[in-house]
Amino acid sequence: MEFYLYTALFAPLVGSLFAALFGMSKKNVIAGIIPSALLFVSFLASLKLAVYILGGGEPIHVELMTWMATGDLYIPYGFIVDEVSVTMMMVVTTVSTVVHIYSIGYMDHDKGFNRFFAWLSAFVFSMLVLVMSDNFLGLFIGWEGVGVCSWGLIGFWYYKESATWAANEAFIMNRIADLAMLIGIFLVYWNTGSLQYDDAFAAMPALDMPTLTMIGIFLFVGAMGKSAQFPLHTWLADAMEGPTPVSALIHAATMVTAGVYLVIRAFPLYDLIPNVGLFIASLGAFVAMFAATMALVNRDMKRIIAYSTLSQLGYMFVAAGLGAYWVALFHLMAHAFFKALLFLGAGNVMHAMHDELDPFKMGALKTPMKWTWIMMTLASVALAGIYPLAGFFSKDLILEVAFVEHHYILYTVLLLTAGLTAFYSFRLVALIFHGDDRHSENGVHPHEAYNFMLYAMAPLAILAVIAGMVFKTPYFEMVTQLLPAIEYHVHNHTVFWIMTIGTQLFVIAAIVYAYKKYAKAVKVDKKVESGILYQLLYNQYFIPQFYEEYFTKMYRELSDMMWKIDLKIVDATVDGVANIFYNTGKKTHTMQNGNLSTMLRWMVIGTLILLVLAAAFYIGQSDGLAMLLSGLGVI
Amino acid sequence: MMEITLQHYLILSTVLFAIGLVGVMRRKNLLMLFFATEILLNAVNVAFAAISSYYGDLTGQMFAFFVIAIAASEVAVGLGLLVVWYKRTGKIDLDTMTSMKG
Repeated sequence: MEFYLYTALFAPLVGSLFAALFGMSKKNVIAGIIPSALLFVSFLASLKLAVYILGGGEPIHVELMTWMATGDLYIPYGFIVDEVSVTMMMVVTTVSTVVHIYSIGYMDHDKGFNRFFAWLSAFVFSMLVLVMSDNFLGLFIGWEGVGVCSWGLIGFWYYKESATWAANEAFIMNRIADLAMLIGIFLVYWNTGSLQYDDAFAAMPALDMPTLTMIGIFLFVGAMGKSAQFPLHTWLADAMEGPTPVSALIHAATMVTAGVYLVIRAFPLYDLIPNVGLFIASLGAFVAMFAATMALVNRDMKRIIAYSTLSQLGYMFVAAGLGAYWVALFHLMAHAFFKALLFLGAGNVMHAMHDELDPFKMGALKTPMKWTWIMMTLASVALAGIYPLAGFFSKDLILEVAFVEHHYILYTVLLLTAGLTAFYSFRLVALIFHGDDRHSENGVHPHEAYNFMLYAMAPLAILAVIAGMVFKTPYFEMVTQLLPAIEYHVHNHTVFWIMTIGTQLFVIAAIVYAYKKYAKAVKVDKKVESGILYQLLYNQYFIPQFYEEYFTKMYRELSDMMWKIDLKIVDATVDGVANIFYNTGKKTHTMQNGNLSTMLRWMVIGTLILLVLAAAFYIGQSDGLAMLLSGLGVI
Repeated sequence: MMEITLQHYLILSTVLFAIGLVGVMRRKNLLMLFFATEILLNAVNVAFAAISSYYGDLTGQMFAFFVIAIAASEVAVGLGLLVVWYKRTGKIDLDTMTSMKG
């Protein structure tokens, strides 16, 4: 089994290095095919491991080699495949394989084709390190690796100012959170004496409450950065500057889910501090609502989907915060499938529309892009949580969790958000695929994507439909070997049915309303659009402007000041030292006039100076003078 | 009759060295420069031999032999070069030899 573990882990790395070999050369299809094939190998190995773990196999724990061993600190390159990490591995490798194959078509005409695959596979490798590591530091390596790769991919079109800006924003936002994460890791080591999950979590119940709370909060702040929770959320929407397959990967598999994974992985810790858990859940619910409202009015197709991810991450954090870790992981999995599908569909639409992102300039794409339409509708239905698609099983479960745990406020917020989710998802679908033709006037002739891209997307479509129904029971039985096995059932049957059917009706009503409003000729309602609420939502609650005004500008001024200090003190010192030598050389090089006589004279002068110095040094010593004089026979 | 002591030898050596040094600095003729160098080396030899005898330690005299050997080889090589130079240019004036100017 170790063989499969290493295959699953290192195949993407090999793929990445292979593609990197071609990094500087012209587009070469092989640089896309080999990484995709290797990722498929990784997927097969993960599948094998998943079957093994599902069959009740013992978790596989290996140590590749020692990384650090100094004093009491012992950190190996250790990897573990247990019920949680194997779930993550399946999600990551499935989505990534699809995205890789899809990208061969999507990046077809891009000059950076080879480079793209090098980054993409490295991204997957980092994520696999993150989920498979058996200690906090290994997780941190993967964490940072994911950060670097996301930077490279968001800023993939580096000649676009906005792309580099977004890449830097994502990177810096994540660095801020990583500081907290690092402090959390230090605290874990400080207090438990180990960074291995097993040992650290075993030592935690003995710690006092304030320490545990601190650890929990710091680790969660790290998770907030990666999972783009408020107030570190702005990077996620701006990250849409990257190529669309990257967005699919970031949102579904390799990046934003890392934060949720961390909280799930650290469940023994968060079980001990239910107050922090409640905070996580509340923040999650807030973000779910907050992001969904921003998605309502946005006019950028990819941003709408990005906000939807943000919102769904909020759901996951609600579940994780309330102790329903397996529910959070389940929603993570289901969400990965339909969100990746949505993004890839959006990629098809973008290609057909020549990179147009405003859905108000599309419309009536249902006929020319039939399959994309079907798949995006399926994904949206799954996202909205209609029975029997994946979203129903995972998202309604989170609602039930909130209800059963008696957090009725959270429940209400999440329920409302479910309605909003359905509305904005179908607003998007209706605007793109139905209604009147608004793209022909821009001279765009839509065409369906390559067939193999559609075939690549098909597994995701199937998974988005069946993941909830088919996987729920076996998944539950597997994952609760590790995570707390709490079943969330509303005991009163009447209440249960009212809730379920009520939610479904509410969601369906939202969908119908969205279709009604947007599936015919779109009339722009000037009155609503100039309204304060619309403006507030459209400008993302003015948070980006707020950050720009109060953080970026201040930081910039501080940096300008520091730059001047740097110029006057540090640079001046260094330049001064260099100038002394330079000028000395310039002044004295006339000595080297090539005349042997002159040179000999200088040599004699040098010898004399050395003699004088030696004598002076000798005299400077205690009783040196007396010795010198006696040596000369004076006294 | 005054006894000759170590000091006399050292004074002789110093005087010879000074003469050699002035010769090295002032002379423009390459052949004269060689002579001056020989004087310098032999000034040192005198000092070596005298001190060696004073302390009854043969190391100094051995060193003097080394110096003589090195001086001989230096002159052999140097004079060879000098002759070639003279044949080429007809001059052995130091001031004309500035091709190594940096």
